[in-house]
Amino acid sequence: MSKSAPVAGSTPPELIRNFCIIAHIDHGKSTLADRMLQLTGVVDARQMRAQYLDRMDIERERGITIKSQAVRLPFTADDGVTYVLNLIDTPGHVDFTYEVSRSLAACEGAILLVDAAQGIEAQTLANLYLAMENDLTIIPVLNKIDLPAAQPEKYAAEIARIIGCDPSEVLRVSGKTGEGVEALLNHVVREIPPPVGEANKPARALIFDSVYDTYRGVVTYIRVVDGRLKTRERISMMSTGAQHELLEVGVISPEPVPTNAIGVGEVGYLITGVKDVRQSRVGDTVTLYTNGATESLGGYRDPKPMVFSGLYPLDGSDYPTLRDALDKLKLNDAALVYEPETSAALGFGFRCGFLGLLHLEIVRERLEREFNLDLISTAPNVIYRVIMEDGTEHIVTNPSEFPGGKIREVHEPTVRATVLTPNEFVGAVMDLCQTRRGIMHAMDYLSEDRVELRYTLPLAEIVFDFFDALKSRTRGYASLDYEPTSEQVADLVKVDILLHGDPVDAFSAVVHKDKAYAYGVAMASKLRELIPRQQFEVPIQAAIGARVIARETIRAIRKDVLAKCYGGDISRKRKLLEKQKEGKKRMKMVGRVEVPQEAFIAALSTGESPDKAKEK
Amino acid sequence: MPAGEPFDGVLPASALHTLSSRPLSFYIHVPFCATRCGYCDFNTYTAEELGEGVSRASWRDTAIAEVELAARTLGPEAPQISTIFVGGGTPTLLPADDLVAVVQKIDELFGLAADCEITTEANPDSVTYEKLATLKAGGFTRVSFGMQSAVPHVLKVLERTHRTASVQEAVSAAVKAGFEHLNLDVIYGTPGESVQDLVTTLDSIDFEHIDHVSAYALIVEEGTRLARAISRGEIEAPDDDDLADKYEVIDEYLSSRGMSWYEVSNWSKPAGECRHNVHYWRSDNWWGVGPGAHSHVGGIRWWNHKHPAAWTQALAESRTPALAHERLTAREMAEEDVLLRIRLAEGLALSSIPAGANIDSLVADGLLLIRNDRAVLTPRGRLLADAVVRQLLL
Repeated sequence: MSKSAPVAGSTPPELIRNFCIIAHIDHGKSTLADRMLQLTGVVDARQMRAQYLDRMDIERERGITIKSQAVRLPFTADDGVTYVLNLIDTPGHVDFTYEVSRSLAACEGAILLVDAAQGIEAQTLANLYLAMENDLTIIPVLNKIDLPAAQPEKYAAEIARIIGCDPSEVLRVSGKTGEGVEALLNHVVREIPPPVGEANKPARALIFDSVYDTYRGVVTYIRVVDGRLKTRERISMMSTGAQHELLEVGVISPEPVPTNAIGVGEVGYLITGVKDVRQSRVGDTVTLYTNGATESLGGYRDPKPMVFSGLYPLDGSDYPTLRDALDKLKLNDAALVYEPETSAALGFGFRCGFLGLLHLEIVRERLEREFNLDLISTAPNVIYRVIMEDGTEHIVTNPSEFPGGKIREVHEPTVRATVLTPNEFVGAVMDLCQTRRGIMHAMDYLSEDRVELRYTLPLAEIVFDFFDALKSRTRGYASLDYEPTSEQVADLVKVDILLHGDPVDAFSAVVHKDKAYAYGVAMASKLRELIPRQQFEVPIQAAIGARVIARETIRAIRKDVLAKCYGGDISRKRKLLEKQKEGKKRMKMVGRVEVPQEAFIAALSTGESPDKAKEK
Repeated sequence: MPAGEPFDGVLPASALHTLSSRPLSFYIHVPFCATRCGYCDFNTYTAEELGEGVSRASWRDTAIAEVELAARTLGPEAPQISTIFVGGGTPTLLPADDLVAVVQKIDELFGLAADCEITTEANPDSVTYEKLATLKAGGFTRVSFGMQSAVPHVLKVLERTHRTASVQEAVSAAVKAGFEHLNLDVIYGTPGESVQDLVTTLDSIDFEHIDHVSAYALIVEEGTRLARAISRGEIEAPDDDDLADKYEVIDEYLSSRGMSWYEVSNWSKPAGECRHNVHYWRSDNWWGVGPGAHSHVGGIRWWNHKHPAAWTQALAESRTPALAHERLTAREMAEEDVLLRIRLAEGLALSSIPAGANIDSLVADGLLLIRNDRAVLTPRGRLLADAVVRQLLL
């Protein structure tokens, strides 16, 4: 065989290795990928910028991957043959499990990358199980072996136990120094099987990512399973039947390189000119319009929002900007859903649905950063199915719309959660899960001192502040993964908060009956602290329907006058008034009560959101 | 005229034009104190704080130089002087002759109106009968004593140095010297002060001779020792409800002694009002002499260099001591009119209130009364005057 790199579009499948890296945030996946780019010569040292593959600013700053990428690496192995390695980068967060599963489906093997100083984390474990279910060849690797705190023996044993191999089979690398990376690539060539597909069958390609680009429109990343895709051909999306013309196909190495075609087993991109990623959905199968395949590759799922929050501009006049910004983000985010909603307290905004808390946080941050918006977001909530006595059903995505009247039952979504923790914190974790209405299913020792706990929990209990509570109870050592399972009937009620007799829709919450009182008391006393005294007494009440369960009172303000106002005080007083005018703009009126926006923000935030806790 | 530009005898014609139609006053600032009180953020300096190149001795000549500058700047249109107020600091730390000399210079260059009110502030500690007699002979008509409290533990928190008895002694001396208008300043709401302490203070007032009381809620000013002690938790911060209670106690007490309020923090017997201060609240014209002193003429406000050395140097070099100024827009003047005049018992003409302000709701809430087409604060409204202003203007 030839030593020169095979040409894209006609690479013999036996020379192709498609693989991904499964790793926890901060375990060094991107650094290792950078090292691979350098080693295979697709990026020289001069062009190298840290974490080359993470494109968005937020990704690079947070060190996490949101959108996956694929890069074609020519690699001449120890046997003298030049292979094509396709590294498919996967998102590293629980919110994007479905996207991970599609990335995995595009691979034959996975590098399981674990920080040699920290051991495996819950999300990694979940993705590992996913890879094993997909029959991927797993190559276990310990990273950061150059760290003084590295404990390669201990964690090699842990990994060996989980995947059922010998500790000596766990490779050791340092993404930072490059040590062991070449050996790892040779291992990839030897161990991971080449793709198997039928070159003569109708083309079928799996979409594992699609990205909106301002200049090119949607760029769709695909893995060809059978046949070939050539430019100028008409293709069809099998989930919708929509047709497009292939304007361009190509491979990424690491910048896009157009080719005439991509064939069996190859990984690349295609461009059809569509402007919205919804027309090119992750998990869908691409085939040819004429003589196309009749059977899709399977596994396609519509993205389903799990967590909802109202997003409101601080300045009401920013509403059109927010609408345009969401429209733009949507082009690149098939999972984002939103519809206009009006809050008596917060004005005009949108009720948005997200895959999870990180997704929410990322969207919010992009709106604020890229579109210069100041936003208030309501406390995240889940979706409820409410069945009334008369059999009618309501789907509730906004707690303030939770129906009154005779309710037969309320259904809430549940998740299967996995917590990995050092064994000294098992009691604390169990206690936490118990208070969050969790049901334990299993407890396994991964090693002598690390325990895996599996629970079913209501999703609503997780979206609030579960992650922070978990981290603080385990001094940051525990990790969490969860995936939606089904739903359960629960004894849930809506608690309204009334300010001077007027309900404040933004503060309504659906909570378990046993926690309604605690929520009401906590919210009422928090608001008493946050809302400045008014010229009249303001009662704050928490109520379930017409029944008041907690009450606080903001006493009327009695003194608001500057004692002295002489010669030099006058300018100062006038300037103070100017400032107060500005301040008034940041006040929202709830009935007659002036509520500073800061009070809304403070009352709606409960500690840190999960991904913030991970930031340094 | 950008802010900060020296202000050399060039008041715009529009400002000078108001001289003929409005009373003109002088404020004279004496920036010296024997010690600095813990709550005080006024522009005043102890001997050590003063630094080189400036002294109490040079103050008189520099003040006179500024009066001369005022005469040149205001020109021949300036009317006779309606009121003079010497404040500080502690004016009575200076020889009485120095204060008299400045007043005489004003008389020489402007002329004093026949009923000219001339007040000095005085520390009960630093006045004697002789000093007061000299001031009286020099034309002063009114003395304002900083009593603050008659209760030793309250005076201690305020770091006032005088004894309780020295206020009575000073008042007697002033009466003996022939003063008919005497004011006592009271501070209420000092941490640790009980309502009974406040009543004790009010009980100590000689209402036969005192015709004016200014009562101020303690303001914790940033950067003072008191503010630091509060932020360290050594002293409790004044409480607004307590201040409101005490204001009501004071108002009721003084009313029962024949005084009535004429401004939010000021009470007097009939004809005992401090006319000088009323000029401030009516946006009349005044020239402030001394370091950090503020002036206002016809919609131009300016203020002097704060440090006595900078003030002295400017005048020694025949430059203006003004540090910066602002020219009020018609709207700003209208707003000032609302925020100042609403503080007065005479009230604010309804015609001065911007259209669209919800006066009815303020009346319904019991904060305002309408009397003779003027809006007047109720007792509750006085305590919420700033909130009323916001509702009238925002």
